[in-house]
Amino acid sequence: MTTAPPLTRYADLPALIGLMTGDEKHQIAAESTREVLWVLYDRVLDVSPETADDPDRDRFLLSKGHGPMPYYAVLAAKGFIDLATLRNWAEFDSPLGHHPDRVLVPGVEISSGSLGHGLGLGVGTAMGLRAQGRTRPRVFVLLGDGELDEGSNHEAIAAAGRLGLDNLTAVVVDNDSATHGWPGGIGGRFAQEGWEARSAPGRDQPALYDALTDPHPGRPLAVVARVRPKG
Amino acid sequence: MTAAPIEQAAPVVAQPMRETFTDHVSAALDADPRLAVVLADISSDRFAAAARRHPDRVVNLGIREQLMIGVAGGLALTGMRPVVHTFAPFLVERPFEQVKLDLGHQGAGAVLVSSGASYDGSYYGRTHMAPGDVAVLDSLPDWTVHVPGHAAEVVPLLDSALRQDGNVYIRLSERGNAAARPVGPGLEIVRSGSGRSSGVVVAVGPMLDRVLAATADLDVTVAYAATVRPFDRDGLSRLAAGAGQADVLVVEPYLEGTSAHEVAAALGDRRHRQCSLGVRRDTEVRGYGTPADHDRAHGLDTAGIAARARDFFLV
Repeated sequence: MTTAPPLTRYADLPALIGLMTGDEKHQIAAESTREVLWVLYDRVLDVSPETADDPDRDRFLLSKGHGPMPYYAVLAAKGFIDLATLRNWAEFDSPLGHHPDRVLVPGVEISSGSLGHGLGLGVGTAMGLRAQGRTRPRVFVLLGDGELDEGSNHEAIAAAGRLGLDNLTAVVVDNDSATHGWPGGIGGRFAQEGWEARSAPGRDQPALYDALTDPHPGRPLAVVARVRPKG
Repeated sequence: MTAAPIEQAAPVVAQPMRETFTDHVSAALDADPRLAVVLADISSDRFAAAARRHPDRVVNLGIREQLMIGVAGGLALTGMRPVVHTFAPFLVERPFEQVKLDLGHQGAGAVLVSSGASYDGSYYGRTHMAPGDVAVLDSLPDWTVHVPGHAAEVVPLLDSALRQDGNVYIRLSERGNAAARPVGPGLEIVRSGSGRSSGVVVAVGPMLDRVLAATADLDVTVAYAATVRPFDRDGLSRLAAGAGQADVLVVEPYLEGTSAHEVAAALGDRRHRQCSLGVRRDTEVRGYGTPADHDRAHGLDTAGIAARARDFFLV
């Protein structure tokens, strides 16, 4: 009897997402993050199921907690989540809901859902690593452009820039969903506060990889990943 | 109703709790590499020397209270023990969703230390008053809440908070009692009533001296609480069982009735009466003046407590 090959590749993500159903409302938001999540977990982050509790692991904080299907799919492809778990997602006793819960899912660094919490937690995480002399691990926080409406982000952007937290990267997936927009661009908001700001096409994996990994000494990094506007 | 005799008002004694806190935590930073202090300008001058010694562990974020709690959550997620401090309304009420989500919901713990209490800064007006802080925190599970009544009680409460990993709120005040009391987890008996007593009075933190003076001529047991969450339900149950009647008066320095549900749970197995004194919740007291003016307005001065204690116990 042959065993089905494990679903571990980028090309398997649609199949993994297909194991979960019923998230119509957040479908577009979910799709907007797929490539960024894959590049991070496949090529950028130094973390695995075996090192999920290692104090020197890289951290990925999903601040934009809605539309988590690609996130769960990537975690499953990388071995953090059993495939079987995906099938009953959002049921009462499933660890996987429409917003992730760090207490329930191994490898999930923060519980999110209410917008505007991840970057502050990321600033604190970056500060805690620095205070402990842990210079290797990096902290990546994924936000949405609509999420930037929440004022709490701007407290975090200003402070992280002044504190020179170069172990911190904010990835803003921009699908043009902010109701009042960001005249002058999102990157400028970060650059003004002392961040290195870059942008990359949100579906272009090599470009995302370069933007996420080119050095940014002494300053936190913001990568604006542009995707097709929310229709 | 019995005419109330004129009570000898208990003096409210000035308490250097904030100085005790900043001095003690500044010293603790030298000994414990896990500790970090997160500030939003308030008291940053008092931590300046510690910040020079530990620039990565004493961080003033500017006037950014949402970030202050988020940063504390992130620090805790890396294994550190954050101490977060500002005035009570800006520590608990303004960033309440961060308190709810960035600490408890993440499984992260911090020590929140407020100053200003309900109306220590009465002359600043309502914006700087936080009589609802404990009630708001009480909507969340697993918080320890300390309300010291004397500056010397702050150190043991802080030490226990710094040693553990859970969420702890320490509510400092500039006003309190003449003498420090033991600050164990349970109710501390200060004055025992007879077996035929009228009941039990629980005095929380800075309320104790006033409660003792106000109830001096009543046959009641007076117990002191510097820790109100978790509430010592078993202790109250025992005290009420030893009294002549299961009647309980709770005098709290914050929103009246904040602990009424705890009393109800402690005495749910018997017929009982209870009365809650605290900062009134039926109206906003829109005044400046002194904290003593506000004590009178809320009936939390000795005379006010005495009158309502008589109404409650001498029925």
